[in-house]
Amino acid sequence: MMSILKRSAADLGRAMAAGELTSEEITRAFLEQIEALNPTLNVFLAVDAESALAQARAIDARRAAGEDLGPLAGVPIGVKDNFCTTDFPTTCGSKMLDGWIPPYDSTVVTRLREAGLIIVGKTNMDEFAMGSSTETSYFGATRNPWDTDRIPGGSGGGSSAAVSSYMVPIAVGSDTGGSIRQPGSVTGTIGVKPTYGGVSRYGLVAMASSLDQPGPVARTTEDAALLQQIIGGYDPHDSASINQPVPDLLTASQADDLAGVRIGIVTEFQGEGYEPGVLERFREAVEVLRAAGAEIVEVSCPAFAYALPAYYLIQPAELSSNLARFDGMRYGLRAGDDGSTSAEQVMNLSREEGFGREAKRRIIIGTYALSAGYYDAYYGSAQKVRSLIQQDFDNAFGQVDVLISPTTPTVAFKIGERTADPMSMYLADLCTIPSNMAGNASASFPAGLSEGLPVGLQVMAPPMEDARLYRVGGVLERALEAQWGGPLLDQMNQIDGSKAVSA
Amino acid sequence: MSATVDYDELLTRYEPALGLEVHVELNTNTKMFCGCANEFGGEPNTHVCPVCLGLPGSLPVINGKAVESAIRIGLALNCEIAQWCRMARKNYFYPDMTKNFQTSQYDEPIAFEGWVDLEVEGKTYRVEIERAHMEEDAGKATHVGGSGRIQGADYSLIDYNRAGVPLIEIVTKPIRGAGEKAPEVAKAYVAHLRELMKALGVSDVRMEQGSLRCDANVSLAPIGSETLGTRTETKNVNSLRSVERAIRYEMTRQAAILDDGGKVRQETRHFHESDGTTSSGRSKEEAEDYRYFAEPDLMPIAPSRDWVEELRATLPEPPAERRARLQGEWGFSDIDFAAVVNSGALGMVEDTVAAGASPASARKWWVTELARRANEAGVELDELAITPAQVAGVQALVDEGKVNDKLARQVIDGVLAGEGEPSEVVEKRGLVVVSDEGALSAAVDEVIAANPDVADKIRSGKVQAAGALIGQVMKAMRGQADAGKVRELVLSKLS
Repeated sequence: MMSILKRSAADLGRAMAAGELTSEEITRAFLEQIEALNPTLNVFLAVDAESALAQARAIDARRAAGEDLGPLAGVPIGVKDNFCTTDFPTTCGSKMLDGWIPPYDSTVVTRLREAGLIIVGKTNMDEFAMGSSTETSYFGATRNPWDTDRIPGGSGGGSSAAVSSYMVPIAVGSDTGGSIRQPGSVTGTIGVKPTYGGVSRYGLVAMASSLDQPGPVARTTEDAALLQQIIGGYDPHDSASINQPVPDLLTASQADDLAGVRIGIVTEFQGEGYEPGVLERFREAVEVLRAAGAEIVEVSCPAFAYALPAYYLIQPAELSSNLARFDGMRYGLRAGDDGSTSAEQVMNLSREEGFGREAKRRIIIGTYALSAGYYDAYYGSAQKVRSLIQQDFDNAFGQVDVLISPTTPTVAFKIGERTADPMSMYLADLCTIPSNMAGNASASFPAGLSEGLPVGLQVMAPPMEDARLYRVGGVLERALEAQWGGPLLDQMNQIDGSKAVSA
Repeated sequence: MSATVDYDELLTRYEPALGLEVHVELNTNTKMFCGCANEFGGEPNTHVCPVCLGLPGSLPVINGKAVESAIRIGLALNCEIAQWCRMARKNYFYPDMTKNFQTSQYDEPIAFEGWVDLEVEGKTYRVEIERAHMEEDAGKATHVGGSGRIQGADYSLIDYNRAGVPLIEIVTKPIRGAGEKAPEVAKAYVAHLRELMKALGVSDVRMEQGSLRCDANVSLAPIGSETLGTRTETKNVNSLRSVERAIRYEMTRQAAILDDGGKVRQETRHFHESDGTTSSGRSKEEAEDYRYFAEPDLMPIAPSRDWVEELRATLPEPPAERRARLQGEWGFSDIDFAAVVNSGALGMVEDTVAAGASPASARKWWVTELARRANEAGVELDELAITPAQVAGVQALVDEGKVNDKLARQVIDGVLAGEGEPSEVVEKRGLVVVSDEGALSAAVDEVIAANPDVADKIRSGKVQAAGALIGQVMKAMRGQADAGKVRELVLSKLS
């Protein structure tokens, strides 16, 4: 069975096309892995095995009938639980939406269905996508398959852990400040945040609208490219959607070298606060890229130093507005509705009960940052910082084709280690936030281990130049795997099933 | 209920300032941010989708046609059109607001700095427009039990069919210097906007359906004072007559408070059609913090100058020019034309003429008969359930001799009562005039026989006495006789 699980999504697609495997066999194998590991890792919040197998059989029948299906038709996939799905609850990891089944599919999900992918279930996440550890989920923390005492990153820890533990070959996530890349980094997977507007946000429950961006989670660059080509592209339902064809990411991911590619190392993202092992793997990756023909220079982006504080004003501000609709009236949780209370009290009680601590903290910060007397001092200033970050990127991309940095300053930390100190938690997204603020493309690729835990390399490209991420990532992947003698995930120990989660 | 003071008397001490906020519902095919039908009414919650219900994950996409209408309205109000503007979120809670924020415009309205000139009793008043901005309408909440307001209601029913309907909010700068004419100027302003929106074809402007509604801000300051007094905002005044009444009432109410040495509370007020008064609503002493910020889900709007000029070319004739043209075309005297304008019948007369009636007959029906009925019903002329085409139809029946003026009034009754087109009413009510010589002749003979004295007078040449006999014949025929023919018969029989 491992022989099916360890194959990439693209390989599985090829095997089905060649008649070597059926979608039913493949889907069944992954469902078994989910059944075996989910009690330990708490990755999936909802799985529908019967429906998945029925869809798989339908794909097999279509293929048998000679239909020419896409490259990932019949491949199982996990979807982060903030994408609306008509056949699964969409909870956003919150009690507020426990059991809520949306009456519509998000565009990403519609495109997955149209491409014949088998959505096996919804993956765990930090509540309403706020967090860097998947510990704020109402449904309990997800565990990192590399070390079940550790966090799998956040907010998309579920999707990344699902892919790294071979529960699914690929998954989709959403990245507001690093929620695809940071979990990718700490689970040894690939996480891509496409250019803002490159993948439709329609039906993705909004956290911070100007920053949110759906993207792929995968084990190979090729898989990520195929997946982004399926979910990406213009969607008239999202005003921010870019009305241009998706670039040829697959070809970019297959490049042989980096000749003529200028790579800038972000000066600000190294040194103090970065674990030595993380910096060591980063320097080794730089040498691999240099050896592949890239020209390496240092580039300073001084405004990046202010990205984190500015982000923690803009993001809660937008979030406070986006979460206002959760008032217990039309969907999801309603508390205190016994007829003796006013509508206002029902709203208060529902919010009190429905939102977790982190959600409340950020709603209050955001409400404060937008309030009349403080708007200029906080939200207004943060928007100015945002412009400066954009300028830094513009300057940098005038000199180099891509920028690189470690994806995270540290490897996966222990569950509970940072929950009492929100500021230390926020640092996990230090390197990933600037790309969200500027709306450009960015990805994390596995770069090796430090103390037995994965380290990621972040690559950042100008808006609509997502193909550059794939070119750099593909070359890095093949060079490192040649060094390591196989994918990084092969170095993962057997998961310790004794630590079953209680949630 | 507050004490009030004499209206004319208060104007010797106070100068009113008005601020009018008019909401116009656009008649686009679809809603502001989604593809749902923009239709009035319908079964509750049938014109809804994830976007206008504000479901988690849904995103707005702006309606290009609504932007076009907004620009045309801005141009017709002599406004500047923004080179670049954005939608904003106005964050507040209300049960009929699906997202708990309203997508509106704040510091970057699409149109700003305009004006309109109004004629009120021969004098021209210029009302300056501060801005015209785009926003979405909320749903409609019906609070059941208690007073019918949300406080104390047993439960609320919410219909989201109206949620997301495109609105343009037109805000004036403070209107000062109208003095005693302030209520009339306000009424003329709203009437002007209605006329303009209708001419632009951007709205159904049906005030009773709320597709044009007015919030009236009123304040009083001592005469000669530079600063404005404390204002109240009377919400959702939805007829022209009510605009005038509500403002007049607020002026007298506020004057009474000020005369007593009191302070006017800054608050919203509700207008009551039944007795023309206003009552206290929400206190606005503490300014609400809407936490406005640029709507991150929508891209900025940057109408090209070429497009704006194209739209400018589609504007209807300016009202003053139109009036001059119509007066010339119709050949009305100044007095006759003023009567048409003052009764608010200009558009109806124009449409009636277009439907085939002579200008004089169109004027006669609208300015006399229909104006009286509208006044009795307390509605505006164009809110009567009769169309200009139907009025032209009534006149055609008169011209054809099928009905006389008296019967024509009954035809109008029938149309207003929903009995159908004029010809159908004639049929249903059996209103056709009797021009059958035999029947008329018999009736005339009877009346002559019954009134020998009068008959003798006429025979001796006192023709004016014929009126008495004609009246009796008409009565005997229950009004359904052709009066001209009766007269002919009477005179010929007695000559």
